[in-house]
Amino acid sequence: MEIGLGHYLTVAAILFTIGVFGIFLNRKNVITILMSIELMLLAVNINLVAFSAYLHDLVGQVFAMFILTVAAAESAIGLAILVVYFRNRGSIAVEDINMMKG
Amino acid sequence: MIVENLVFYTFSAILLVSSIMVISARNPVHAVLALVATFFLGAGLFVLLGAEFLAMTLVIVYVGAVAVLFLFVVMMLDISFAELRQGFLRYLPVGGLVGLVLVVELVLVELHWTVTPKVLDKPAAPIPPSDQVSNSHALGHILYTQYFYLFQASGLILLIAMIGAIVLSLRSRAHVRRQSVAAQVGRQTADAVAVRQVSTGGGV
Repeated sequence: MEIGLGHYLTVAAILFTIGVFGIFLNRKNVITILMSIELMLLAVNINLVAFSAYLHDLVGQVFAMFILTVAAAESAIGLAILVVYFRNRGSIAVEDINMMKG
Repeated sequence: MIVENLVFYTFSAILLVSSIMVISARNPVHAVLALVATFFLGAGLFVLLGAEFLAMTLVIVYVGAVAVLFLFVVMMLDISFAELRQGFLRYLPVGGLVGLVLVVELVLVELHWTVTPKVLDKPAAPIPPSDQVSNSHALGHILYTQYFYLFQASGLILLIAMIGAIVLSLRSRAHVRRQSVAAQVGRQTADAVAVRQVSTGGGV
């Protein structure tokens, strides 16, 4: 059987679901949540590149590259916030992040 | 054809296994290493799709920068990760339910979609034949002309992210001795060296 667009979309769908599942599973650990977000972004990129290859349109790859850029910026800022938060509170548990609660 | 099938199935199987390891690993360092493996295999799938430039970018940016950043933060923070894993099993049912609903939805979408023939007729930027123009050449050609402003904007985003990360994590602590270049350079011989006449047996 020839590998078609559907195969890649299925892999990306399962990868995205694993990412969402990871967020639910590791409700306390911010680092794992950030890694799950990276997994979801990789799934989206696989979708875009697969569509680009099968529709013979290069714009999908350009789009994937912009997503790559934004994802890199997001993880850099996220980890910087994490480090600052750990310095102030000595913990990275998500449920401790409630200082702004009135 | 058979080789392509084999490579695709092998890569995607290991990709999914390593992504499950990312979310379920007990040790966060192992999770980051599984993330690295996931990115490598994703790059392999990109190569299989003919997007070599993006594959190499994925390896350089994700494996070389983002994953190492994760590893650095995981090792730098002194956290009891066993404590953070409490409630892992408590959230398993609801997470599994949401994941199941999501995967069923996505599969339903995938089974019932079609591409309009018009889309295939008029691509915004058709991929040139790969034996004449390489993927990175074609990508650069479109990126530096049609999408130039977006390209600049993404550069700006990276600059802002860099400045933001530096501003967030820079701290000035009291009682830290820092180098003062001006004071070092401005120091004269007269300030530092004094010639004393020492009498024999007398000491300074």
